[in-house]
Amino acid sequence: MNIVVLVKQVPDSGSERNLNADDKTVDRGSASNVINEMDEYAIEEALRIQEAHGGEVTILTVGPEQATESIRKALSMGPDKAVHVVDPAMHGSCALATSKVLAAAIGRLNPDLVLSGAESTDGRVQAMPHMIAERLGIAALTGARKLTVDGSTLTVERQTDEGYEVLTASTPALVSVWDTINEVRYPSFKGIMAAKKKPVETLSLADLGIAAEEVGAAGASSAVLEAGKRPPRQGGVKVSDEGDGGVKLVEFLASEKFV
Amino acid sequence: MSEILVVVEHSGGAVKKVTLELLTLARTLGEPAAVVLGGPGTASELTDRLGEYGAAKIYAAEHADVTGYLVAPKAAVVAKLVADTSPAAVLLASTQEGKEIAARLAVKLDNGLLTDVVDVAADGTATQVVFAGSTIVKSAVTRGLPLVTLRPNSVTPAPAPTTPQVSTVDVQVGEKDKLTTVVNRVTEQKGSRPELTEASIVVSGGRGVGSADNFKLVEELADLMGGAVGASRAATDSGFYPHQFQVGQTGKTVSPQLYVALGISGAIQHRAGMQTSKTIVAVNKDPEAPIFELADFGVVGDLFSVVPQAAEEIRKRK
Repeated sequence: MNIVVLVKQVPDSGSERNLNADDKTVDRGSASNVINEMDEYAIEEALRIQEAHGGEVTILTVGPEQATESIRKALSMGPDKAVHVVDPAMHGSCALATSKVLAAAIGRLNPDLVLSGAESTDGRVQAMPHMIAERLGIAALTGARKLTVDGSTLTVERQTDEGYEVLTASTPALVSVWDTINEVRYPSFKGIMAAKKKPVETLSLADLGIAAEEVGAAGASSAVLEAGKRPPRQGGVKVSDEGDGGVKLVEFLASEKFV
Repeated sequence: MSEILVVVEHSGGAVKKVTLELLTLARTLGEPAAVVLGGPGTASELTDRLGEYGAAKIYAAEHADVTGYLVAPKAAVVAKLVADTSPAAVLLASTQEGKEIAARLAVKLDNGLLTDVVDVAADGTATQVVFAGSTIVKSAVTRGLPLVTLRPNSVTPAPAPTTPQVSTVDVQVGEKDKLTTVVNRVTEQKGSRPELTEASIVVSGGRGVGSADNFKLVEELADLMGGAVGASRAATDSGFYPHQFQVGQTGKTVSPQLYVALGISGAIQHRAGMQTSKTIVAVNKDPEAPIFELADFGVVGDLFSVVPQAAEEIRKRK
């Protein structure tokens, strides 16, 4: 089973994140950038399926030059190769345009299975898997906490607000995963060394048959008009428990009409 | 007045609160038309409630295929309605399913999409809170109509009773929208508590709660206040509480009237999911815990004495 794993480089959610003042795109220059955490679980799941069923695992990333770091890091976990779609015209692309580029790149690789994180920590939109599946006309099984592969049949437990749903589909399909699906391995030293030599193919928009004006700020279907920092929350009253902390807490809640 | 399509979320024959928020918002933009997607007989149970909140029209799309396959049939139905009725905007809930339907709609209609919106102005400009609540953004769809998903607890639902005109939608689901079969839907420990993202009060426990058994304390306080129970990632990763109740960067984002953090240090990961709550209170034994930087009221102390005392005090006042 050949698997493509979608990997996005995002600003570290543990550090301060900003939008660029000029064009209001995500500031990827000053932030420390990492692999979107949920995507690491998708890589892990791909490697486990490969170990059980064979085939090849390919990392697919759309992003600026600097995303190469994340691609090498992803490869150090064990995938065979990577495809990096990089084109200056992509800067400022909306989700819709990004999905067009990803779908075109996936179409070229023609995998049995596409795996991705359920959402990214920067956008948190959860839209990409269904946008891609809609474009490619393949099944989408999203929000997986468990994935079983039996020949060409996929079964997923999809986490929902109320519990879970059991989904099935045949390959080719796209599965997006939550961090509950597995435990991610740490790259070994050998893996890190091997990753440096693994093939990374670079593709431009022209290679994918997509015109520059279909993507980027020019081709965007939505626009950020203004952006500002939210005033940070101010801490209020802090009391030490002198044996009456619970009562004081309830007195506060009562003053705010919560009890 | 132009129609505003509102995609209804419902569960167990009841309209979800976020849909009432959507109808309330839709009334400021045009005439709300509720789209009910479900199996046969779904709409009749929801009509009264939708009318109470101002749905002038209800489009009832009822067919076994709508629920038998994941999301795609719902998107197909809404896309056809958009083509047939030319609404001024389409509003959905910023829930997993709402965002997924919206994603497919965006592709089908080649239309911009704005998610996790907290407000929409009359001109269609949307307000979004991004990066864990640290940044406010005003944005607009520049291709197509405003296609927006609204984060639960963004709007106060207000009734505006009317009698909806119900029209039946002829549902036709093509093979390409039947690729993912829903084999089973399993409800896990729903109980009587409100849903986490919709609750007005959320009581959450963290690493400091110490064990799954001790989470009873958190549940007790939540039940006394009619709130939902949440947990930090440290607590869910330690197996103290099920993952679907995780609040934070990799879990749910909540924005209740009151957020009670018990034994939660307030790492940035957790703050990402709760710092837009209106009022925050915290109990933590570490006076330096970052949660106190957010808390309107904080108690530095042992939650195992503070929480039972608070519970007792609430009982006394009832």
